[in-house]
Amino acid sequence: MADMTHTGALSPTAPRPRKPIKLRHIVDHAVLIAGALFMVFPVALVLMTTSFEDVDIVKNGLQVGLEGKMLENFEAAMFEASGFSKSITGTKMLINSLILGFGFAIGKIAISMMAAYAIVYFRLRFATFAFWIIFTTLLLPLEVRILPSYEAIQSLGLANTYTGLIVPLIASATGTFFFRQFFRSIPEELVEAARIDGAGPVKFFIDILVPLSKTMIAAIFIIMFVYGWNQYLWPTLITTDESMFTLVRGIKQIVQVLGQTGAMIPEYGKALALSLIAMIPPVAIVIFFQSWFVKGLTESDK
Amino acid sequence: MKRAGFTTVWLPVALLLPQLMIIAIFFYWPAAWAVQSSFYLQDPFGFGSTFVGVENYTDLMTNIEYAKVARFTLIYTALVTFFSLALALLLAVKADAVIKGAKSYRTLLMWVYAIAPPVAGFLGLMFFDQRNGPLTEMFQFFGWDFRLGADYNSTATAMVIVAVWKQIPVNFIFFLSGLQSIPKSVREAALIDNRSASGRFWDVTFPLLAPTAFFLLIINITYALFDTFGIIDTLVRSEPGNNPVTLVYKVFVDGFRGNDLGGSSAQSVILMILVLALTVFQFRLIERRIHYT
Repeated sequence: MADMTHTGALSPTAPRPRKPIKLRHIVDHAVLIAGALFMVFPVALVLMTTSFEDVDIVKNGLQVGLEGKMLENFEAAMFEASGFSKSITGTKMLINSLILGFGFAIGKIAISMMAAYAIVYFRLRFATFAFWIIFTTLLLPLEVRILPSYEAIQSLGLANTYTGLIVPLIASATGTFFFRQFFRSIPEELVEAARIDGAGPVKFFIDILVPLSKTMIAAIFIIMFVYGWNQYLWPTLITTDESMFTLVRGIKQIVQVLGQTGAMIPEYGKALALSLIAMIPPVAIVIFFQSWFVKGLTESDK
Repeated sequence: MKRAGFTTVWLPVALLLPQLMIIAIFFYWPAAWAVQSSFYLQDPFGFGSTFVGVENYTDLMTNIEYAKVARFTLIYTALVTFFSLALALLLAVKADAVIKGAKSYRTLLMWVYAIAPPVAGFLGLMFFDQRNGPLTEMFQFFGWDFRLGADYNSTATAMVIVAVWKQIPVNFIFFLSGLQSIPKSVREAALIDNRSASGRFWDVTFPLLAPTAFFLLIINITYALFDTFGIIDTLVRSEPGNNPVTLVYKVFVDGFRGNDLGGSSAQSVILMILVLALTVFQFRLIERRIHYT
């Protein structure tokens, strides 16, 4: 109902239209369609362009239309080795991205659920202190401590490993904070009842708390998977070995290769296809599990 | 802590240990290291370092280049925050008003959330291509000699547009969920009191959305400061040259390319203080929100 109509802007001097509802609906839809086009068109145009020959793309840039090269370009992006050392294919990058996305999401959820459980459900003298130690990490994004984090990983010999890629990203409290809030909203009677029935802390956690948190876990999983998949700066620093590249890290390589002026025709079709492959999994998850995703986003950031 | 908590001691310690260890190694140690090395001048060839006190900081304060980057960061953050919030609010209000196709609109307007910033930056690179980018051609049609990567203002414009495009979905989702949590009774009462739709929006809806908007303000400032790194890096093709960059990008360039550890660390510490201030501000807002709503 609440509405910010721009009917006034369309007819500044005219009185309110006779059928305000109808005109307002048209304006509403027009604005929404314009917005949807603004979001969708850039990617749609890139998708269409992947169906063109590289020579065409070099000459004319992004193009509307459909030629026959799409499958070929996607195939090349997935299976043809690329990079400076010709040692990595799109498939390998996809696998690395999946490892990063799943590894980060699962690791983060497991570690933060355990920590939140300890903080909320135990009479622990230093629980509040532990909470603040963890909570402070919310304050500083990885980007501001990127150089020392890099040094730490280097000195631990974890460069170019999945551990070095994933674990430092887990070092922030977003998940812990989220599960703490959720656990606190669970009725107190539950743990009392469980104790009367003789359930120990481990049993309570596995048989009662985890099943109760299922929706929350799913919601936070989606947010974390997308976050992990989309990491750029950290993988750029920590993976110098091309066989460790993720798809998003691979974008940097693509940009640099396309920027070079050489005798060869730059493989634009393949590069654009690869950028689309880098979007598909997280986009698919967000669209298919939309309600969980929205829940996770709006509730985790509070 | 729950009143009826368990009393075991070893278990909670074991449960907390993984998290505490990870943040000790990858958070507290690096953060402390940054603070410490911001007081030292590192030999560029790696032969030790000398204590220089606050010299790295005073150098930054008098550095014209740093002032320029700080000014750009300020303008960039303001533009990205304003446009992504304003456009998302408009779209959320419309998406809340329509009945037909509401779900499809919602999906179409939020899916870009999942695209990685550097991938968005790469699309930007194609759209703003110097020779045949469609948006370059559009700007040139209007008489602006748009040259991404060669002209300061062109690059800055491209950065803002891509960053706004990428950020609209988050703001849209929060605004829409804020709008949908406004009770029906309030809307109906407003409908009776105020016949003009825009009047209703500014007098009733907007004030009710204010907490969401404040919260999003902080989120967007943080986004523009930190999360747009990938967009900037791809748009300048990792070679900033004379192009505009943000403070975070400069930390990275000075630390990793320039090997200026002390200077880069001092910049990190300044950013830490900035984030700290923002977060304190945010918590005070959240506290207020809990009190009054």
